[in-house]
Amino acid sequence: MKNNNTYRNQSMLKPLPKCPTGIAGLDEITGGGLPRGRPALVCGSAGCGKTLLALEFIVRGAMQFNEPGVFVSFEETSEELATNVRSLGFDLDDLIRRKKLAMDFVRVERAEIEETGEYDLEGLFVRLNMAIESVKAKRVVLDTIESLFSGLGNDTILRAELRRLFRWLKDKGVTAIITGEKGDATLTRQGIEEYVSDCVIMLDHRIHDQLSTRRLRIVKYRGSPHGTNEYPFIIDEKGLSVMPVTGLGLNHPASTARISSGIPRLDTMLGGKGYYRGSSILASGTAGTGKTSLATTFARATCQRGERCLYFGFEESPAQIIRNASSIGVDLQPWVDKGLLHFHSSRPTLYGLESHLAMMHKLIEEFGPATVIVDPVTNLVSAGLVQDVHSMLLRLMDYLKGRQITCFMTSLTQSGHALEQSEVMISSLIDTWLFLRDIELCGERNRGMYILKSRGMDHSNQIREFVLGKHGVQLLDVYLGPAGVLTGSARLAQEAKEQAEETAGKVERQRQQVEAQAKRKALESQIVALQAQLVAEHQAMESLRATDQAKQAMDRAERKAMAQCRRADASSIASSTGNHAKGNGK
Amino acid sequence: MNKTPARTDAATWDLRLYVAGRTPKSVAAFANLKKLCEEHLAGQYRIEVIDLLEKPQLAKGDQILAIPTLVRKLPQPIKKIIGDLSNTERVLVGLDLRPRA
Repeated sequence: MKNNNTYRNQSMLKPLPKCPTGIAGLDEITGGGLPRGRPALVCGSAGCGKTLLALEFIVRGAMQFNEPGVFVSFEETSEELATNVRSLGFDLDDLIRRKKLAMDFVRVERAEIEETGEYDLEGLFVRLNMAIESVKAKRVVLDTIESLFSGLGNDTILRAELRRLFRWLKDKGVTAIITGEKGDATLTRQGIEEYVSDCVIMLDHRIHDQLSTRRLRIVKYRGSPHGTNEYPFIIDEKGLSVMPVTGLGLNHPASTARISSGIPRLDTMLGGKGYYRGSSILASGTAGTGKTSLATTFARATCQRGERCLYFGFEESPAQIIRNASSIGVDLQPWVDKGLLHFHSSRPTLYGLESHLAMMHKLIEEFGPATVIVDPVTNLVSAGLVQDVHSMLLRLMDYLKGRQITCFMTSLTQSGHALEQSEVMISSLIDTWLFLRDIELCGERNRGMYILKSRGMDHSNQIREFVLGKHGVQLLDVYLGPAGVLTGSARLAQEAKEQAEETAGKVERQRQQVEAQAKRKALESQIVALQAQLVAEHQAMESLRATDQAKQAMDRAERKAMAQCRRADASSIASSTGNHAKGNGK
Repeated sequence: MNKTPARTDAATWDLRLYVAGRTPKSVAAFANLKKLCEEHLAGQYRIEVIDLLEKPQLAKGDQILAIPTLVRKLPQPIKKIIGDLSNTERVLVGLDLRPRA
């Protein structure tokens, strides 16, 4: 009994021994299985899966836990039962051959039986005992013992005998399941719950808005804590599986590891590293804003890391998703072939929400993905009421977070609604919320994206233009300028205009530069010319002075000669020599 | 108390009484049956008493549930009468010896 330790902290006494059913999910909510060595009652209306649950208990006991079982049917023959469960992969005949299972069909036909006085059900005891002994059974199922009430008339005897039977089963130490049809005001039509009071499980098959949902609830479980909610369960080709709602506490681990969104620019916006592993991401937006493209890009990024991705499509078939993704250069087929990517597409209206949840739960358990994509989550609203969707998603989130599975959901916003109205219900569950929107401008529609919130990381507050091209998703800066936010061709036009303006400016500047250079050159040549002139002037002046000196010398020589000629005295010559300027002036 | 009075030659009534041990109810049932047969079917019946504590495997064949159970194997069709057979009227009806009221 694997569960012996689970509740030790709650009680120092030896916990109730349990008998695992092997049914997916049921052992979790019962904390290990049914009470060992005691009878448990499984009740519910017709067609709710009582017989299957009971039979699975026996078959799994025989196959997985090596506990042989006895199945006593009051309604169907052994052959009928064997045929019914063959599709689930249960080979009853083989189990019978290997002495793992004994079946007995007890037929009670009122028309064939006349009651004449006192009797008891010793015959049933004898048969049961023989069956138990024949395979050394540890598990017993009585399905549906209430048929006795319709076959036999004396209720007083029946009740006394049933009480004795359950007592006897306890004494035998077998773990038993007794099934019972749901009554009007009671759990079972005949009030068997009075006698089988250790554990009562109720199954329900409810139709709401024409959608059916199977639910399971532990009505009571003496001596053991148990989940008290209604748990959805599904019956499919592998049997029964219950979706345990484990959202009892908010204690899931929080990873600091980051994973890429598949779009480098978006990673940059998300603090440079992408999403947190195990977080929940919502991409919401109106129709055609590229939600699925974001989802498929993320799916590819997951597979490229070598991790598994489980893709729930509620709108498109796998083939359609793959084709559409390839149109933006995201080729998913190789990943599907490699087994890293698994699609599960179904219409939301296929069955009720809870059944969807149980189905998703089961697939996640089987596939073990690192990333789960739900596209779109809003479509589920058509399978249930808004608050139901909320509670379902809450449980899904809790489950995924508990397992550190990253969940990417898309959500269709109704155009015309207030921005986040339709997502209000799930907003609180979301860690990273990408908002995609249309930007209508200049007669065209473009896609814009921004991060509405992203818990625990430094994220960009910018609106980016979201472009889907042949090479995948690209995020571009939008034009922010005096003309406001521009996208698409308006942005391109604005960019072209700016470029043209810039080019024109460049030419002008070049021209000015050339002009300035020319001017400078002119000035320089002027300077050269002037300098040459200066030199010439200087030379002219020099030569003038030389001439002048020569002339003075000549004058002096002439005067000397003249004085000599006139025989002037020496003093007069001397004075005339010393004051020649004066003498010149004379 | 296995094979009991195969009275005379032609036993057109083949009756089986299933019991589980010698309980007051089974003793009473056998006594009541014996008396009734003597009164209504003298010379043409055969009673086989089967104790399921000794032969539990026989319970399945005749779909025995209640104890005691009287099974009319012959004449056809098979009839089952449960209880200690204290209500003679109902036993007679059950054995088709008297039309249903």
